[in-house]
Amino acid sequence: MKQKSAKRTKLVNNIIVHIVLAVLAAVWVFPVLWGIMTSFRAEKGSYVSSFFPKSYTLDNYVKRFTDTTLLNFPKMFMNTLVIAIFSCLLSTFLLLSVSYCLSRMRFKMRKPYMNMAMILGLFPGFMSMVAVYFILKAVGLTEGNLIRVALVPCYSGGAAIGFQVAKGFFDTTPYAIDEAAMLDGCTRWQIFTKITLPLSKPIVIYTILTSFIGPWVDFIFAKVICRANADQYTVAIGLWRMLEKEYIDNWYTCFAAGAVLISIPIALLFLKLQKYYVNGTGGAVKG
Amino acid sequence: MATILLSVVMFWIWRGTVKSAYKAELCDKRGWHVNTFADDLHSLLDENLYRLLMTPSMFFIGVLTILPLIFMICMAFTNYSKIGDHLVLFDWVGLDNFATLFGGGSVLGGTFWSVLGWTLVWAFFATFTNYFAGMVLAIVINRKDTKAKGFWRFCFVISCAVPMFVSLLIMRTMLQPEGAVNVLLRNLGLIASDASLPFFTNATWARITVIVINIWVGVPYTLLQLTGVLQNIPADLYEAADLDRANKVQQFFKITLPYMLYVTTPYLIATFTGNVNNFNVIYLLSGGDPVTNLASTAGSTDLLVTWLYKLTIDKQYYNIGAVVGILTFIVLAVGSLLTYRNSKFYKEEGGF
Repeated sequence: MKQKSAKRTKLVNNIIVHIVLAVLAAVWVFPVLWGIMTSFRAEKGSYVSSFFPKSYTLDNYVKRFTDTTLLNFPKMFMNTLVIAIFSCLLSTFLLLSVSYCLSRMRFKMRKPYMNMAMILGLFPGFMSMVAVYFILKAVGLTEGNLIRVALVPCYSGGAAIGFQVAKGFFDTTPYAIDEAAMLDGCTRWQIFTKITLPLSKPIVIYTILTSFIGPWVDFIFAKVICRANADQYTVAIGLWRMLEKEYIDNWYTCFAAGAVLISIPIALLFLKLQKYYVNGTGGAVKG
Repeated sequence: MATILLSVVMFWIWRGTVKSAYKAELCDKRGWHVNTFADDLHSLLDENLYRLLMTPSMFFIGVLTILPLIFMICMAFTNYSKIGDHLVLFDWVGLDNFATLFGGGSVLGGTFWSVLGWTLVWAFFATFTNYFAGMVLAIVINRKDTKAKGFWRFCFVISCAVPMFVSLLIMRTMLQPEGAVNVLLRNLGLIASDASLPFFTNATWARITVIVINIWVGVPYTLLQLTGVLQNIPADLYEAADLDRANKVQQFFKITLPYMLYVTTPYLIATFTGNVNNFNVIYLLSGGDPVTNLASTAGSTDLLVTWLYKLTIDKQYYNIGAVVGILTFIVLAVGSLLTYRNSKFYKEEGGF
């Protein structure tokens, strides 16, 4: 008798838990779904009288790529892609090499460097942005096509400040392997490229992906550096401008289409990355 | 500025060459092998690898992070600002800017204190609501009896696969007076057909809205990050508690919570710092609106960082902006040092 009632409370508990989960999941999925639906909506404007679209169309996607009078989406897409590839290469190199040095080598500047990185992390990131703009202007990188060149170091220059995760990962690969390699006459450079990097695949992939996504989702830096140069805009600024008051009525559904388009690659990357995300951060704070 | 910098660099190179020449001379006198230039280059790949690898990032950090910061810090002691038209010629004014902000007599001073207060309230709620919601969700999903764990996790994670600024902008349009949420509520008959809830037009509503939406944005990330840590809690602790007839709630408060707080203190500090500097959520969602006091430069949901952005980019009060930046830094540095010092993590290293 007692067992039966225990089983029943368990069942009731389980049902309640699943219902709560379902409601929460709906809350989380709903805005995403709404964004996708909007991108297929035929009626224009952001203010709708009905919740579900009245008719569906692919025009928003077509307009995205063909109508370049106001905002040149294909060009912005290419801008962002180029910037993302280069800044990804640069910041992966900087970040991994710095973390390797901090993890494996002992030198005079090691502690000061780590303290400095911690202090720099406490300043609001874009406090210095205006000054960065002036510096880039002094070097002559704020005109025309050079803006793209200027944005790459902006995104990746500070990459080495966030060395903690990668350093934590390198710390966990056993030092004995390095010693064995050194006995066999490996130089440190060979150890780094031939042993440590292949052994640390998760963190390498994690670094590459996060630094690749950066330029796609940042818009503050891009906005300050690009100013009025509309032909140098990245996707993020372009999307943001579509929601300004003068454009929103005509461009809202297009905005949704663009958002879906750039979300797809990022979503795919993210789902791939999820495993490393949990591993990478979980490893550093093991109890 | 540039001349000083160049002189410092030249001096540093000169010092290096003299040092290495002296070293070579010493080696020669003792009859040791003198390193050739090729040897030196080769050592860059081996025992001096750190010089080769650290230099490029030190260069970038120096030019793009440290130099601008020094520049901005100096700015805080000048009158480089649109106030009084000092954008071309400007002068040192000492601590005047700090006095204006702290004074409270002027409009800027009054704004500063209210913005600071809201920043701290926001950072506190944003950090802890996310932390607890994420933790409870992770526990519920990973419960032994929960079915289809992967599916539930997928539902939550899908929302952080969408770039944050996109989901924030979608949220903003949905919550406008004529946006989807109000339309839905009207259709359901929950509010009158011409009424709308003042999500971003009433100060209190706007503050609660940004915190709630921050939960929506942040919980999936917390879920991902905490899942791994939760699974590291030794299972025998729970078995012992089961034997002692402790129920789930007691287990949560007596085992899970202390353990998690202990292990994740550094993570919490980092999140708190991140929230004080959380530009994206506020700027994209409410833009600092609603502005209640028309004379002031900040709205009622403006954080120190978004205010800083408005002051420097929109208003061109560069000196006041720099002061706000420095004060943000001080608040963060003091706050994180204090919490770190008082945490169990620091007091009893490695002891759970």
